[in-house]
Amino acid sequence: MVVGKPVERVDAFDKVTGRAKYTADMFPENALIAKVLHSTIANGMVISFDLNDALKVPGVVKILTCFDVPDIQYPTPGHPWSTEKKHQDIADRKLLNTHVRFYGDDIAVVIAETELAAKRALDLIQVKYEEQKAVFTVADAMAPGAPLIHDEKPGNVIVHSNYEFGSFDSAITEQGLIKVEGTYHTQQVQHCHIENASSFAYMEGDRITVVSSTQIPHIVRRICTQALGCSFGSIRIIKPYIGGGFGNKQDALTEPLNAWLTTQVGGRCVGLFYTREETFVCTRTRHAMDFDITTYVRPDGSFAARRIVAYSNQGAYASHAHALVANAVNAFRMMYPVGAIKGDAYTVYTNIQTAGAMRAYGIPQIGFALEAHIDDIAARLKADRIALRQKNMMQLGYVDPGTTITCHSTGLQQCIDKGRKFIHWDEKAKQYEHQTGSVRHGIGMAIFCYKTGVYPISLETSACRMVLNQDGTVQLQMGATEIGQGADTVFSQMCADTVGIPLESVHVISTQDTDITPYDTGAYASRQTYVCGMAVKKTGLSLKRKILEFAAFMLHKDVSDLDLKDSWIVHTVSNEKLIALSDVAMEACYSLTNSHHIAAEETHHCSDNTYSFGACFADIDVDIPLCKIHVNNIINVHDSGTIINPLLATGQVHGGMSMGLGYGLLEQMLYDPKTGRTLDDNMLDYKLMTASDTPELNVQFVEPSDPTGPFGNKALGEPPVIPVAPAIRNALLNATGVAVDSIPLSPEHLFFEFKKAGLIK
Amino acid sequence: MYDFEKIYQPKTIEQALKLKAEHPEALILAGGSDILIKTRSGKLAGSTVISIYGLDELRGVCIEDDGTILIRPLTSFSHITANPIIAKYIPVLGEAVDQVGGPQIRNIGTIGGNICNGVTSADSASTLKAYDAVLEIASVDGIRILPYAEFNLGPGKVDLHPNEILTGIRIPKDSYENTYGQYIKYSQRNAMDIATLGCSVNVRLSADCKTVERLRIAFGVAAPTPIRALSAEKAATGAQVNESLMETVASNAILDVNPRTSWRASKEFRMQLISELSRRATRAAVEKAGGKF
Repeated sequence: MVVGKPVERVDAFDKVTGRAKYTADMFPENALIAKVLHSTIANGMVISFDLNDALKVPGVVKILTCFDVPDIQYPTPGHPWSTEKKHQDIADRKLLNTHVRFYGDDIAVVIAETELAAKRALDLIQVKYEEQKAVFTVADAMAPGAPLIHDEKPGNVIVHSNYEFGSFDSAITEQGLIKVEGTYHTQQVQHCHIENASSFAYMEGDRITVVSSTQIPHIVRRICTQALGCSFGSIRIIKPYIGGGFGNKQDALTEPLNAWLTTQVGGRCVGLFYTREETFVCTRTRHAMDFDITTYVRPDGSFAARRIVAYSNQGAYASHAHALVANAVNAFRMMYPVGAIKGDAYTVYTNIQTAGAMRAYGIPQIGFALEAHIDDIAARLKADRIALRQKNMMQLGYVDPGTTITCHSTGLQQCIDKGRKFIHWDEKAKQYEHQTGSVRHGIGMAIFCYKTGVYPISLETSACRMVLNQDGTVQLQMGATEIGQGADTVFSQMCADTVGIPLESVHVISTQDTDITPYDTGAYASRQTYVCGMAVKKTGLSLKRKILEFAAFMLHKDVSDLDLKDSWIVHTVSNEKLIALSDVAMEACYSLTNSHHIAAEETHHCSDNTYSFGACFADIDVDIPLCKIHVNNIINVHDSGTIINPLLATGQVHGGMSMGLGYGLLEQMLYDPKTGRTLDDNMLDYKLMTASDTPELNVQFVEPSDPTGPFGNKALGEPPVIPVAPAIRNALLNATGVAVDSIPLSPEHLFFEFKKAGLIK
Repeated sequence: MYDFEKIYQPKTIEQALKLKAEHPEALILAGGSDILIKTRSGKLAGSTVISIYGLDELRGVCIEDDGTILIRPLTSFSHITANPIIAKYIPVLGEAVDQVGGPQIRNIGTIGGNICNGVTSADSASTLKAYDAVLEIASVDGIRILPYAEFNLGPGKVDLHPNEILTGIRIPKDSYENTYGQYIKYSQRNAMDIATLGCSVNVRLSADCKTVERLRIAFGVAAPTPIRALSAEKAATGAQVNESLMETVASNAILDVNPRTSWRASKEFRMQLISELSRRATRAAVEKAGGKF
């Protein structure tokens, strides 16, 4: 059995030797290059273009503008389509936009023989705008008289949702309650995947093929059909290896425009490769969210009533829109499902760049706010920070009243116990009391819960195909995508164990091609090992049954007496080896009397979901005069159910912790407050953590087997990012007594906080 | 693909100077780590470039007969850090340029490019200022000697005429002899970053290590150009080595600086850093010199 073993990545050799092919590696010689002209105002109308000088640049083939594109508005988010109109994504952009809604909006395209010619032409295009006032914050966009960003949404509020479980108003009348209020802000950040948004497109016959760096090939196909107004069958998406996505590529980015561009040059191949700066400005970001949280707590630490109001800054286009802040206020309820709970959430258009999906989909935002708030409550009550959480946190068997998602397994308590022991919490807590001096020490922690897939909010479906070769090896084909997280490897492990063959006998086909690949919605949420793992299991069992049926025919035995183990057909009871799988496979292929090309394809329609859990513990130094936090020691402990591959799982946690550290300490997207231009649209000014900024990352797991997971497993891909920022914030509070309610805890931010608190004169 | 109009690759300094005289508008390309970025971003797109990167005569470090250390401008940051003369006599310069960007930049980036670029954040600049570096500047008309103190004219502007090329950086013996230095680069990241503030201090103590004979202090990003803090230096001269020395340096240094507020950092925060880094760099330099607090 290989499930649970730290097997090497199936793509490791190809990736480290450079053999693995990414989109740009497949771009043909002599193809055309497209460069997009981005707006230099944040809100207003394009009135006209002067293209004369640009068209004279040698090598320019065609220039297309927002006045040339189909008059179709289309949605971009990578959600499964809903056939019910009211659940459909918001269609609010065209391929190029006459109404400019942020600084960097796509307004025209140059197609040229070379990139240089395209760039030179871009610089020569003259644009006339009618500029309007722009709004960059939720408060400004919601204010009376604010400019209208989309005609369909007067007041700029895309969605306002609310819930109430129990009666908040009557719960707060209980005698003796202590009211704790807090306002928390999280910032806009970018995914910073290594491979920028990239695609190329060409036509064969009447059909358009787009090769793209995407997490969601089947969904991108649907979106392209909507954007171009063509049929499903006329679009083909190919997804080779991709250099990271983290949710940014769970959106249609360059593909719809690219698909249209090839149709404008007679089907010639056109490449659309974003620069790093364009990837920063013109793709998607993590939503900045503001939270007002009120908790009514009893003196014993139990929660009587909780209230949240959340505001999510959507930026210029809806993309994933309200789904993220809705996820955030749901997690607020789920984590501490005690007492009456009332929530409101707003998603608001503004004139900043569009926010979309990003690792853990709204939960790092609420994770910061909620876990900071819990420490604020503990500080007010002078209560033990961990005990307060334990008293109120989700327990086994919990059924969320809003979504019906059930806690089928939980190792949260063990996660807390392990982290507490590792960081020497009890000794350090004493040691760090009553500090003075310019460098102070602190410990902090945070917990989280995270739902694995998107059921029942959206469709969860996954298909898988397995084809038996003549040598008894198997091609494994998934609609689910490898995006660097190791999906191909864990699917191969699952396939090997389910069919009864060694890992080396599984040949996973990494590329998805919508002409060939079975349907799956793609890599997002933390769904694939859970939902698509179920599809692998179902298909594996189906293939195995077909193999055994043929073996039964060959051996003249009853199929119920046969099993397949380690590439041998064996007797179920005696385990006697009866015939090699390779012999069965040869005969099945070439039998003159009964040839069978053995293959299986199954769909798993998933109607379940489950929570994973975890905790982060951090031990930090705070250099007050230099306004810097140094992380001495940090650990994430995760309950993701059974771990399919400990090596990959650890890597996944390392990556998430690094992302969480950057989120908590350094990263933020900055805008010129006058124009809305992104200031830090590059890797120098945008402070992504480097290796030398990253402390040793410690990882542990607890592994309660989840009864709903195909192999006892549940979410792991996204969760590691969630608890890091609040754990560090809470350690800062512990070290200095300063409760900082917004991130990142960057030096300049800390300077003003320390000044306010009198720590710096 | 970089948008150059023309590129020349001279084989000798004479050829380079002649080309520069013929194409006064041309950019001198050394390691290229600044110019290529600006070319790609469009700021310098379509430029004519004279690449002097192949001119090995402009590369290396030596000691002249009078003890002056001569650094040729094309010497890369990593070669400066690894150079035995630098390591022996001015280790702080090697340490300072070892904090530029990352290993790749330090292999391609040159010290001449760093100072000719004229930005206030250049990691070599404050240390070279604090050591009273003297520049050798050549043109077809001959050689001009200019104190580095007079080189920076404004942000990104240096005293190089259109026909000139920097050919040498000299540090006189009296500047470095018996001195001990400390550079602190303050940036948000430990690597791949530019300084929010840089502070370079060097000191010469009395024989008994109890008195400051001479202290020099210079900053990057504390003003539109790299600058010396002369009031701080004056106040520290003759001061006793004790805890109040740091206060003396810091309280005077803040009188000499003029940081600006930008979206990268506010003036207030930079002032805090100037004060704190002055203290820390002074303490470290004095301790290296044998002083005890």
